[in-house]
This record gives sequence, structure tokens and C-alpha cells, in this order.
Amino acid sequence: MIRLKNVSVAIDEKPILKNINFEFEPGKIYAVMGPNGSGKSTLAYTIMGHPSYELQQGSRIIMNGEDITEKEANERAEKGIFLSFQSPLALAGVKVQQLLRLALEGKKDPVAIYKQVREVAKKLKISDDLLNRSLNEGASGGEKKKLEVLQAVVLDKNFLIFDEVDTGVDVDALKTIAQYLDTHREGKTYVIITHYNRILHYLKPDKVLVLAGGELKKVGDGSLAEEIEINGYESVLGGK
Amino acid sequence: MQNQNQPEPQQDDLEFDYKYGFSMPENYTFKARKGLDAEQVKEISMMKGEPGWMTDFRLKAYEIFTSLPMPEWGPDLSGIHFDDIYYYIKPTEGQARSWDDLPQEIKDTYDRIGVPEAEKKFLAGVSAQYESEVVYESVHKELTKKGVLFCDMDTALKKYPEIVKKYFGTLIPSNDNKFAALNSAVWSGGSFVYVPAGVKVGLPLQAYFRINAERFGQFERTLIIAEPGADVHYIEGCTAPVYTTDSLHSAVVEIFCKESSRVRYTTVQNWSTNVYNLVTKRARAEKKAFMEWIDCNIGSQVTMKYPSVYLTGEGARGEVLSIAFANKGQIQDAGAKMVHLAPNTRSRIVSKSISKSGGRTSYRGLVHVAKHANNSSVYVSCDALLLDELSRSDTYPYMKIRNNKVEIQHEATVEKIGEEKLFYLMSRGMKKSDAESLLVNGFIEPVSREIPLEYSIELNRLINLEMEGSVG
Repeated sequence: MIRLKNVSVAIDEKPILKNINFEFEPGKIYAVMGPNGSGKSTLAYTIMGHPSYELQQGSRIIMNGEDITEKEANERAEKGIFLSFQSPLALAGVKVQQLLRLALEGKKDPVAIYKQVREVAKKLKISDDLLNRSLNEGASGGEKKKLEVLQAVVLDKNFLIFDEVDTGVDVDALKTIAQYLDTHREGKTYVIITHYNRILHYLKPDKVLVLAGGELKKVGDGSLAEEIEINGYESVLGGK
Repeated sequence: MQNQNQPEPQQDDLEFDYKYGFSMPENYTFKARKGLDAEQVKEISMMKGEPGWMTDFRLKAYEIFTSLPMPEWGPDLSGIHFDDIYYYIKPTEGQARSWDDLPQEIKDTYDRIGVPEAEKKFLAGVSAQYESEVVYESVHKELTKKGVLFCDMDTALKKYPEIVKKYFGTLIPSNDNKFAALNSAVWSGGSFVYVPAGVKVGLPLQAYFRINAERFGQFERTLIIAEPGADVHYIEGCTAPVYTTDSLHSAVVEIFCKESSRVRYTTVQNWSTNVYNLVTKRARAEKKAFMEWIDCNIGSQVTMKYPSVYLTGEGARGEVLSIAFANKGQIQDAGAKMVHLAPNTRSRIVSKSISKSGGRTSYRGLVHVAKHANNSSVYVSCDALLLDELSRSDTYPYMKIRNNKVEIQHEATVEKIGEEKLFYLMSRGMKKSDAESLLVNGFIEPVSREIPLEYSIELNRLINLEMEGSVG
């Protein structure tokens, strides 16, 4: 589905990701783990196409056989990539309904969008008040994450990256989010960036990727996440 | 949450209407000469068949105009050449009674702005100004029954001379500033609204303005009187065709809010970018009255406009909510003036300005609290959004507080459109220009939500057009 070929990224000439090679296959769940500052969010931004992350020479991102390395974020979204942000910014005067209507202009009927947003919001336990406020303004951590998931569902992409969707979320909200994602995973690839095994109880990963110091250090199955939880990264990565 | 079911406008039509403007062939029955002198002022008054006191008022104002200097502050006005302007043009003989009676090219112009359609759906009355006189107007029967008077200013002078004489020029005297003096000398058209005591006008009263002759200045004069307990919302919207030479628009608007009345005055200004838009707007709010100015400035080359409220009665409230958008080559020097002259008065100023491609916006505000205006409260908030490095925004907030028992809040922010926010929206599938438009419209939302739906949709479209092709 998406293949990372020799992906190296620098910000202001400081290397953040070093020569990542990996192929995400369709319909699978991936967990990306690693200590703080290991490059997890950078990986997410890089796949989504953030303009400040400079890809180094030779880096290639291939999606379904097509080279998307030079594509802008909106073009990547068109091709099916979605990113749920770790800390989504507040957008003054912009409501989630408005955002989705504009994002899906000419693709989906506005009335249908409106109805779907209300339905999904209900299932995710997003209050009307939150829905009608400016996006993320005065929202708690959990509320912000739910609004990200809401957008993921309505935009209906097939390669979804969730950057710490479980951080700052209480147990109940996490359960709501994770179960919802699990029931809608048909035909989708999930990349779940997380520090904890918690969310992985609901969404069983096919593969676990461990990043450290900007390198892809280890790839394993679901048991790797449990091992990390019990023994920590140092032991898993060989005490480095 | 707006325009869910609104059909999308044809991009080409919009381009034609707003970007390049349009003009119809001139077909006038009378054309005044360029430049101004006392003879010309007298002639205008005679042409209109005005009473002697108005002729005298005009002549005196002309004297004041010639004696007053140009403003020594604010934007450069050296592009205005008073000798190169027509001060009065009469478009048709007399007033048209109905839409069918209007000359075709005038109808065509209004069809493009959508006057009759808007009227059918939405309006309580239309008073559309073409050139210097109102050529089409209709007042809803219901309003007439309630005793509401709504007509053009020239008609009001003929039909209701006592009311006009009592208020005209009393809030904005001719010597207030050079441009108020000029308007007082050569004014033509504008609206007159009188709402009797206790009458609430449910729907907004609207007027559309356009300039359609080269080097022709428009000097409309508006007078609104709300008797005790009255409630009215007046809306003016302007779009103008583009011309190569400079135009001057200098209006005067006076509003009287009697005890416990409420007046809201909404403007959506989109003059073409060769127009000098120099307008004096003032309201007086008596005991417990509430005056609101909602002022949106998108067009013009230079705008200088500072709607003011004189809070003369105890418990009076005044608000100015404004939006200014300055694109390449434009200067929007806008603001507000609040004068607290009585106890327990409240004022609120919310200013939102956007500068793009080298455009300049300024907030210029004055809040004055008099010695005896105890327990008054003042809220001023001005936010500027800069879309690129070339653009500029300045803030000149003056406060003269002569009383200790006053609550004052003042907030000012300047922000740039952030790359992170753009990336967020683009990751949802939006083009960069759409993302910018959405953020700009979000920025002005606290003001634009106060505008009736039809106008706020138009405003959003105007801003989207201004944002097109922006290099972010």
C-alpha cells in the first residue's frame, strides 16, 4: 500500500529520520512505538506531506506503485491518506461541519455529510455543544481526539495514521474510540503511533515497529508490544 | 452551518461581477460640469426644488469646505482632485414607481447585484441608489401602516420637511470635517428612515449603492430616527464597477436613538479599488438606547471610516463590530469612536482586519469617558491577521478617561496565518487557497455571524475571491 524507500528526514539540517525502509500492506494494523523523540510523529508528518520536513536525497514514498514523494498534503489526502494529529490546533471560527463540507466539496452531498457527522458524533459521545463550537477551542485532550476520529470516519480514507490517539484520553473515551475504530477497520490500513499497549488490546496489531534515534530498530508481531510494556525499550532494543 | 442548500455560484459570473466590474452605457438627462463653486451648489439645490433653508445650509457648508484643510493624519489623500469630479448627475426624470418602469441598463445593473430577487425573499423595503438619486424604491405596506417612513433623502425633504429640518446636520455639523462639509454642500440621495415610538421593524431595511460614472463622486446622506422603544435594522451594501480614474465617495450618516430604542446599521462595502471612501457616521444613543454599527470594508482604494456613538443617556449602549480587508494597493483606515457622556453606559468595539499582498489596515479608535460617566464599561478588542510579509497593520487606540469608576478592557493581537493550521486543513483534502479562505472566514466569524445570512454568504464569497491566487 505504502512503501517507504530510504526515507531520511531533516529539520534545519538536523537528521530526524534515518534511512527508513518499510512496506505497509493493505488491510493491516501497525503499531509504531518508541521512546520520546525517536521520530514517530515525524514519520507521520512525512507520510502526510508536511512542508517543513525536508526529505533527503534518495528518499521515496511510494503509494500503490505511484511515487508521491513530491505531492502536497491535500493530494495525498485525495489518494487516501489520513492523519489524526497528536495535538490538533484550535481553529477559531471554524466548525467541524464546515471543515468537512469544504474538504468533501463536490464529492459528497452536504446534507449527507451533516447527517453523518451527527450520527458519528453520537456514537463517539461528542456533545452537541462541542460539535457547534470552533474546532478544538476549549476542548479537553479526549474531546480533541474524538474530533479527530470523527473526521477520520467521515472523510473515509483507507490509510489512516493515528498519532497518539490514546494520549490524554481517559479509559472510557479510549474504549469508545478504539472499539469504534475496530468495527470500521474493514478495507483500511491503520498505523497506530503509541506509547502504551492499552489501545492495542482493542486493536490487535499485525506488526509492531520500534523506532529509536530516528531509525527503525525492530519489527515484530503483537507480542513485541507486550514485551516493551513489561521490560521497556532498552531491554527490547538490546540495552542500547 | 450556513448556505447548506445554497447553490454554488458560477465562478465565471463572480469573476465578472467583482473582479473586473462592469459598467453600463451612460444615458443621462442632465450632466453637471466638473468642479465646484457656490453657483454650482445653488444650481444643485434649485434643480432639486429645495426649500430656502436647505439652499442656505448647502452654501454655508460649501464655505466651510473651502476653508477647512485636508486631514493632516491618516492615509495619503493627494490623489483626490476636487476640480476633476462631477458633483451632481441626475440619472432619470423623476422616480420610477415599479421595477418595470426602470430603464433597461439600470435594471441590468441591478439584476447583476440581485436587488429584485433579494427583495422578494427578504426585504421589507428596497431603496436602491443609482448615481446620485434613488430611482427605484418600494416600501412594504405593513411598514407604512405602522407609520414607518422609509424613502430617499430628497423625497423626505419634500414630504417631511419638519422632521428633516429638526435633525439634519445636528449630529454631524458641516464643520465637523472637510468631507462632511463637502457632503453637506452637494449631498444627493441616501436614505431617510423614521420609526415611530414602540414600533419594531421585523425585517431589515436595505439599500444598494453603486457608482456608475467616471470621475463622479457620490455624496449620499442618510438620516435615521428611532423614537422611544423603536427597533430597526438598516443595511447598506455597495458594489461598484471598476474605472481607471479616481472616484470619491463621501457619505454622511446620522442616527438618532431615542430612549430605549435599538438601531443596528450594517454595511458591506465593496467599492472598486479606485474609490476614495471617506465616510462620516455618527449616532446618538439616549437613555437605555442601544446602537450597533456593523461595518465590513472589503473594497475601495482608501477607506477612512470611524463610526461613532455618543452615549448621552444613562444606561445607553454602543457597539462597533468591524471587518477590514486590504488587498494589494488598498488602505483600510477604519475604527470606531465611543463617547461616554452619562453614567452606566457601555461600549464595545470589536475590530478584525486582514492584510494581504501589501495591503494596509489600521485600527484607529477613540474612547472618551467624561467626568460624570460613573460605572461605565469599555471593551476594545482589535485583531489583525497578516497573510504575508508584504502586508502591514497598525493600531492607534486612543483613550481619554476622565473618571475613576470605569471598567476598561483592551485587547489587541496580530497574527500570521500559520503553516501548521494550513497543513492541518490540507491534510483533510483541501487546497491551500481553500484552507486560507476558511481560516480567514473563521477569523472574522465573531463579526460576520452578526450579519444577516444573505450578506454573510456574499461576504464569504467576496473574501474567497480576494484570497484566490494568493501566494502563501
